[in-house]
Amino acid sequence: MVNTKVDLCGIELSNPIIPASGTFGFGYEFADLYDINMLGTFSFKGTTKDARFGNPTPRIAETPCGMLNSVGLQNPGVDKVISEELPKLKKVFSKPVMANVSGFAVEDYAYTCEKLDSEAQIGWFEVNISCPNVHGGGLAFGTSAKNAEAVTKAVKKVTNKPVFIKLSPNVTDITEIAKACESAGADGISLINTLLGMRIDLKTKKPILANKMGGFSGPAIKPVALRMIYQVYDAVKIPLIGMGGVTTAEDVIEMMLAGATAVQVGAANLVEPFACKNIIEDLPRVMEKYKIDNLKDIIGGAHNG
Amino acid sequence: MTQGIYKIKSNINLAPSIFKMIILGDTSALTRPGQFVNIKIDGLYLRRPISVCDYNDTEITLIYKTVGEGTQIMSQMAEGDTLDVLVGLGNGFDTSKSGDTALLIGGGVGIPPLYKLCKDLISNGKNVKVILGFNKQSEIFYEDEFKNLGAEVFVTTVDGSYGINGFVTNAMENLDYDYFYTCGPEPMFKAIENTVKTSGQYSFEERMGCGFGACMGCSCKTKYGNKRICKDGPVLQREEIIW
Repeated sequence: MVNTKVDLCGIELSNPIIPASGTFGFGYEFADLYDINMLGTFSFKGTTKDARFGNPTPRIAETPCGMLNSVGLQNPGVDKVISEELPKLKKVFSKPVMANVSGFAVEDYAYTCEKLDSEAQIGWFEVNISCPNVHGGGLAFGTSAKNAEAVTKAVKKVTNKPVFIKLSPNVTDITEIAKACESAGADGISLINTLLGMRIDLKTKKPILANKMGGFSGPAIKPVALRMIYQVYDAVKIPLIGMGGVTTAEDVIEMMLAGATAVQVGAANLVEPFACKNIIEDLPRVMEKYKIDNLKDIIGGAHNG
Repeated sequence: MTQGIYKIKSNINLAPSIFKMIILGDTSALTRPGQFVNIKIDGLYLRRPISVCDYNDTEITLIYKTVGEGTQIMSQMAEGDTLDVLVGLGNGFDTSKSGDTALLIGGGVGIPPLYKLCKDLISNGKNVKVILGFNKQSEIFYEDEFKNLGAEVFVTTVDGSYGINGFVTNAMENLDYDYFYTCGPEPMFKAIENTVKTSGQYSFEERMGCGFGACMGCSCKTKYGNKRICKDGPVLQREEIIW
């Protein structure tokens, strides 16, 4: 019998599979399809201080082996998340959940996290300083080490729960940002958010996305994600949540070998609503195939020797 | 919503760029006319949402237009080939809202979902008038199929090559009805909105990510808050739409 358990900052996950924020809503769409309690946890829809509609449509474009989105953090705002979404979430999911939080200024992040901190079901914060869709020109808040550090410090002040900072790949040196987060007190790093991309419609000769640019995700970005996880694993001591194009149980193992303690599944949920269920059910078979008894033993395994 | 592997029973060309595909499998997730399916196509990442034209206990009829790579690949598939399909997506049309005489207005490839709607309304004892709008005679499909259901059918062509010369709104002018349902391009919707006098339902189209409400890719604003075209739509009530 293989062991798929991992420890994420003191909270045990029955397996390392975590649906990524923005691809799983607050869980109900998927709870209609399968028992989502089989997940390690899930990262809920990115929540901001105020309600947001997001960007104009079209917000979705396809690419070879992936997709672009420019949703732009549509969410009902932290007050409604607490009063409406979390009570519903509790009915379909009984494990600790990961609260994904976004903002436009350091104070926004602190405000939203402070409000959510008293929610007992929240096990971790995942602070998104890397959404490419909400700041003019696609510049994310977290592309400077200074901003990353300031947000981390502000959030750490308002909560005792573990705080993961979700990083953008759209930077010259991701290890520098990761180190800044670690020294500011982050408990872990989530990486990578989407890559900034674009598609152009040949018929209209204009960008397909109304927002022109969007976040590129899907299997096409997996090698970039693996490379960055590998680099950040060498640069920091705190645990990593790896993501970027994960579609199969083999991908999960690859992410963990690069250095991830847990692994998020994003775009795959949108194409294959049972993606996470299928990965979790397939994981023991793939572990046996590669002679892995304890999944946690392989974390960072690609760095040895 | 269910997911399944469906076998293609037939896939035929109805009109230029318009194909009719019948797939066999579980149809239990379809509960209303105007719902859609989301089809996985080998080699492409996102699924393709296609409206359901008709269904029974074992078959789903899809009529689609070859507008891009996905529908192009679909058009080349043959009897016996299989497809991975999510079935029973979207809210569909609400037939209970209709009065005694319903007007169905379809433009081009927006026509197919009105077929099952027409069938259901007629079996509920309603009088159904149907306006089918095309650009020209060679593009016409399903005129006889609607007539065979017992509907009063009006065809319009923009170039006047068949039926009433002009747009669907030209055919609406002298018709009596007490409720309407429509599916087609948005410019047609705007023309209808300026012409209709009754309540009704519009079925919208949007680029989708997932098709089942998870990604927020196809959101729109309505008078009653934000809605997802895929999950809370594609059918919206006239009264809630912000034009």
